[in-house]
Amino acid sequence: MASVLIESITKAYGLTPVLRSVSLSIADGEFLTLLGPSGCGKSTLLRILAGLEVQDAGSVSIGERVVDGVRPKRRDIAMVFQSYALYPHMSVASNIALPLRMRRLSALQRLPLLGRLLPRTTQIAADIGVEVSRTAKSLGIGQLLSRKPGQLSGGQRQRVAVGRAMVRHPAVFLMDEPLSNLDAKLRVQLRAEIKELHQRLGVTFIYVTHDQAEAMTLSDRVAVMLDGELLQVAPPQSIYSDPDNRRVAEFIGSPKINLLDGVMRERGLIDVAGSTLPIEADALAGTPLSLGIRPEALYLAEHAGQGVLTGSVRMVEHMGSDLFVHLDLAGIDQPLIARLLAERAPHIAPGQTLHVGARPDRILLFTRDGRRLRREADAVRRYVAPLREAAG
Amino acid sequence: MSEPRAFSTACHRSLTRRGASFLAVSPACRQAFVVAFAGYGLAGPAVFFLLVLFLLPVVGVFFIALTDWQLGAGSFSFVFLANYREAFADPTFRASLANTAVYVLIVVPGTLFGGLTVALLIESGKSCRSFYRAIHFLPFMATVTAMAIVWEALLHPTIGLVNQIFAAVGLSTANWLRNENTVVPVLGTIGIWQNLGYAMVLFLAGLKSIPRDLYDAADVDGADLWIDRLRTVTLPLLGPVSMFVVIVVALRALECFDAVKVLTQGGPGNASEVLLYTLYRESFEYLRTGYGAALAVIFLAMVGILTLINALVMDRKVHYQ
Repeated sequence: MASVLIESITKAYGLTPVLRSVSLSIADGEFLTLLGPSGCGKSTLLRILAGLEVQDAGSVSIGERVVDGVRPKRRDIAMVFQSYALYPHMSVASNIALPLRMRRLSALQRLPLLGRLLPRTTQIAADIGVEVSRTAKSLGIGQLLSRKPGQLSGGQRQRVAVGRAMVRHPAVFLMDEPLSNLDAKLRVQLRAEIKELHQRLGVTFIYVTHDQAEAMTLSDRVAVMLDGELLQVAPPQSIYSDPDNRRVAEFIGSPKINLLDGVMRERGLIDVAGSTLPIEADALAGTPLSLGIRPEALYLAEHAGQGVLTGSVRMVEHMGSDLFVHLDLAGIDQPLIARLLAERAPHIAPGQTLHVGARPDRILLFTRDGRRLRREADAVRRYVAPLREAAG
Repeated sequence: MSEPRAFSTACHRSLTRRGASFLAVSPACRQAFVVAFAGYGLAGPAVFFLLVLFLLPVVGVFFIALTDWQLGAGSFSFVFLANYREAFADPTFRASLANTAVYVLIVVPGTLFGGLTVALLIESGKSCRSFYRAIHFLPFMATVTAMAIVWEALLHPTIGLVNQIFAAVGLSTANWLRNENTVVPVLGTIGIWQNLGYAMVLFLAGLKSIPRDLYDAADVDGADLWIDRLRTVTLPLLGPVSMFVVIVVALRALECFDAVKVLTQGGPGNASEVLLYTLYRESFEYLRTGYGAALAVIFLAMVGILTLINALVMDRKVHYQ
């Protein structure tokens, strides 16, 4: 059990910067996900934590101990790789046993034939065998111990990789996209198993993924990384509904958040796409703004008016309980996507003119350079409400 | 299978009904014929050349081995297994078999170990990789006949560099190629020198194909000393390549001929007689073609057994899928 502290980590490959002064503190027992598109530096950060890669500057502490320059095996971490990295020539049992054999047996005791003749080797090996089969059983792979990795399915290999990581009870689990080689159905199943494993073991998990569904379902907190920078670290719900930054808002959520350019008309009113929305914002009249509207923040309106956007339907996607309606608005290239309840919007066809209203309290405002412009109501929700709750 | 049958049922009726030649049958029937036999037509040339260039000569060798035919002789008589009996009773041939075995046992492990070591060194270094690759591969490209002159000069009893170095550091010198105790090991060393580059190139390719992740996993699991990494990841994953190297180098070692022909002519005595050299001498110097063919059959059997071992036993143990 250990907390992890990352301070101003910088890393470049040649002239290409990969990590730009990344700082992050992870609590003991927390499940933290590093989320970002491929090439954003999240795997590099994980490899630096593991000691497989050396940072150019900055420092990593695991459980109060600075581990810079400490070899991976002495960091009290375990890692699950995207490719599982199982040793193909060893049985499942030997794969899981290897970390224990390396730690508990001396180099002489590990020798193929001679090792067995040395005192205590048999005893230690037997203990290891017991632990290995206990671990395998807890993961439901007890019957596979004598197989080779080549004879296992993707899900079974993944479990063996997890077994090899947990067998020696590390303080921190590092997982590098452990589910991305599996098919969709198995991924959902193993996602739940990983969540359960975290709850059972209670140790710190640091999980790298590009899949937001994994990040949202598994994590206590999500750290969103883009271009080598940490943009926001927050619980999944806040990442989604209260992003700090336009890029975070764009990255999280499917379909993507609608971003509309608008201009502050006067206090409480913003001009956007030919209509005027009543939104409070701390900005001077004439200030250009970006409005972020999640598809589900839009609702079907009876007729045009203040706070209502009007456009013609380009396309309708039926998703069962919901409809995704793509609307062309006057003067805007990107279609506006609205997520409407199927039962409330029965007869929508392409070409039709449609009015949709936007709930003002769920519209996110960004400055044109991408910073979030928080309103008073947001501030109350974010800072005051928890205090009130805490007060009783 | 189904196509020829389809052809026969489709065409049989029309052929019997019309009682006509192939040209008279319907186009659909001809189409069926073409489809059915296109495969044989396409494989034909390859089968023909395989027969003429490989299988028939082999059958020829087996046949000649049963006769006392001499090259150029107008007649021969069957002696059946007498050639084989003579071969195994002949001290020269027995020496030749033993020498070949010793030679293979020197060259194969030496090449395997040397090639792997050089490959690991090159792979772990950062600079001049292609230079090291090239110089180690050169002996494999060079003809041994030409390079043998260099070896002869190096091993010369009085002016040779080897003896001068040995003398300089106080080791005992020898007449390497004229001493019956040293001649096979020296030839073996030349064999290793010749094959090392080939093994190295194969090992380098094998090393490249080992996933990085496995080394990372070994680091995290605690196998991070070079010997542990070697034992946990590198050597096991080079298993298939090593197997291939062993078989190919063993076959090449069995075929050792040119170094013996140029440097020792099988001497001193028959201390460096090897299989192919004996075969060559019997067939082309003494013109005993029948006896030479029997030796060729024995040689072929050894090569065949080696290939079979590769296909049956080792293949299963070194591939992990």
